[in-house]
Amino acid sequence: MTPVLEVDRLAVDIRTPAGTVRAVREVSFSVRSGETLALLGESGCGKSMTAQAIAGLLDPVAHVAGGAVRLEGTDLLTLPPAQRRKLAGPGLAIVFQDALTALNPVQTVGAQLAEPFRIHERLSRRAALERAVELMERVGIPEPRARARAHPHQFSGGMRQRLLIAMAMALRPKVLLADEPTTALDVTVQAQIMELLRELRTEQQTALILITHDLAVVAEEADHVAVMYAGSIVEAGRVTDVFSRPRHPYTRGLLDSVPAEVARGVNLKSIPGSPPDLHAVPAGCAFHARCPMATDVCAERRPALTEAGPGRLSACHHWKELADD
Amino acid sequence: MSWWRLLLRDKFACVAVVILLLVFACALVGPLLLSDLATKQNLRAVNRPPFSLDDGWAFLLGSDSLGRSLLARLIVASRTTLSIAVPAVVISLVIGSALGMWAGYHRGWRENLAMRVADVILSFPSLLLAVVVLYVFSPSAGNIILVLAIARIPIYLRAARAESAELQSRLFVDAARTFGARSWAIIGRHVAPTVLPTLFTVATLDFCFVMLTESSLSFLGIGIQPPDMSWGLMVAQGREVLQSAWWIAVFPGLAIVVTTVSATVLASWARLAMDPGQRWRLTLPRSARKSAVRKSAVRKSAVRKSAVRKSAVRKSKEVKS
Repeated sequence: MTPVLEVDRLAVDIRTPAGTVRAVREVSFSVRSGETLALLGESGCGKSMTAQAIAGLLDPVAHVAGGAVRLEGTDLLTLPPAQRRKLAGPGLAIVFQDALTALNPVQTVGAQLAEPFRIHERLSRRAALERAVELMERVGIPEPRARARAHPHQFSGGMRQRLLIAMAMALRPKVLLADEPTTALDVTVQAQIMELLRELRTEQQTALILITHDLAVVAEEADHVAVMYAGSIVEAGRVTDVFSRPRHPYTRGLLDSVPAEVARGVNLKSIPGSPPDLHAVPAGCAFHARCPMATDVCAERRPALTEAGPGRLSACHHWKELADD
Repeated sequence: MSWWRLLLRDKFACVAVVILLLVFACALVGPLLLSDLATKQNLRAVNRPPFSLDDGWAFLLGSDSLGRSLLARLIVASRTTLSIAVPAVVISLVIGSALGMWAGYHRGWRENLAMRVADVILSFPSLLLAVVVLYVFSPSAGNIILVLAIARIPIYLRAARAESAELQSRLFVDAARTFGARSWAIIGRHVAPTVLPTLFTVATLDFCFVMLTESSLSFLGIGIQPPDMSWGLMVAQGREVLQSAWWIAVFPGLAIVVTTVSATVLASWARLAMDPGQRWRLTLPRSARKSAVRKSAVRKSAVRKSAVRKSAVRKSKEVKS
């Protein structure tokens, strides 16, 4: 089965007063219909930038410096704006993290949910509203017909996230980008939202790209995972493989820092140091300053993302040593 | 809750609506009934003082220096005044806000272009612009409207640009982009509903300014030409006899003030009523509402106050020098 979305050596530059900074470098991944790919990483590692570049929502200070984003073979980045608009919605949709700011405070939610239908299917106001009510019912909003006349501030956080998901899924997109969809929610609501995303994904055979820093969410929801560090992917593969036998010291560090059953008084493990400033990413491997396995070669040569076992990739000079552990 | 019930809850807004309806009714039917009376001179009874019924109801507000009924003139003049001020405000509001939202939404060269146009218009004192234009062309009502409208476009343009520039970076605009909305659709559905209430408030304040500018033009002799009459022209005519017959200037002036204040009260009510997050406040008694509104308005008014303070400082410096 061919992948529905292919990101090929994507690079994003940001212009800052101190010079141009490469926020995303050589990021490649692909995802198939009905599958979930998780982009995992700390804050500032470039995962949201990657999502914005794919969706074409980059800030004016940032621009795509190279690479391609192919949706069923069509490169989105070189498409003229009018054609790209046609694909936005039925091709690719986004669920944003902050549901309150992603909804227009002065419009009723019914009108907002109806907007995709009015744009792409040219439905009348009434017919589009009818579809919006169906959508609200589908994502589990009680009394959808009455609630369609309410405004966003009259909904709880979880309900707002449901509305956003409804809006993104309205046109049955082939690819759904979910940018930290549950970060702003409490744990019980998180579980419900993930459940809803999973249902819709299976129902509509959508390819889901889940952007998150939450290892538990990745372990539970994703089929594949790509771990990002300082703008590039350091390890990728099936979640079961990567999480049980990480082949990059950064991934292992992340997994080790998850609190487990340890005796009282034992310090929690963590990765020493902090991610590099993008203005001064060290030469060689970006992680070598914090890496327990670093050797001289790590400071000199940047490791390429290479095959490290069947169906998995790692960008580490020493992945074999990790595999032997 | 329906609009009517929201309106009935607010006594001040109700009074404002009644006054505005009265003014519009005067403008519509007044000239049909009273235009003869308003122009009939009676040189034997000039400058009759107001509030006496010796000469009948028509002279309740006294008469002017040609013995014409002030009340009748006031009613007849409301048509001219409104038929100049309303179109001028509406034209500048429509053009200014459309241009401003377009400029603010797209940023870049469009923003620069629109702002430079605004600067050019603002760099002429609007009265001077009007004098030049009306001196060259004939001072007809149409030309006065045009000049006033052009002179006031930058007010709306700048307000609309600033707000929509802020809005276009909001996430819900991004969300609309992600499902392929065209820029005009986004401006219409997401930017305008937020920007317009502010612009309506600005417009009602500007209504007063336009009426006064029209009166200055009339005073200079290039605005409304007698025997036509407008409130501004009446103020101008009454100024000459302000010491001996104050009512000739004061009543039309009062008419301008009362109309403008009513429009402003209605605008502030409408601003609350149009904001779904604030609408519930209108169901509260007025005393409870004030403190709540003040809290939410602190940010905006702080910005405005500092701007006012700056301009006041600048003016006092000019005066000193």
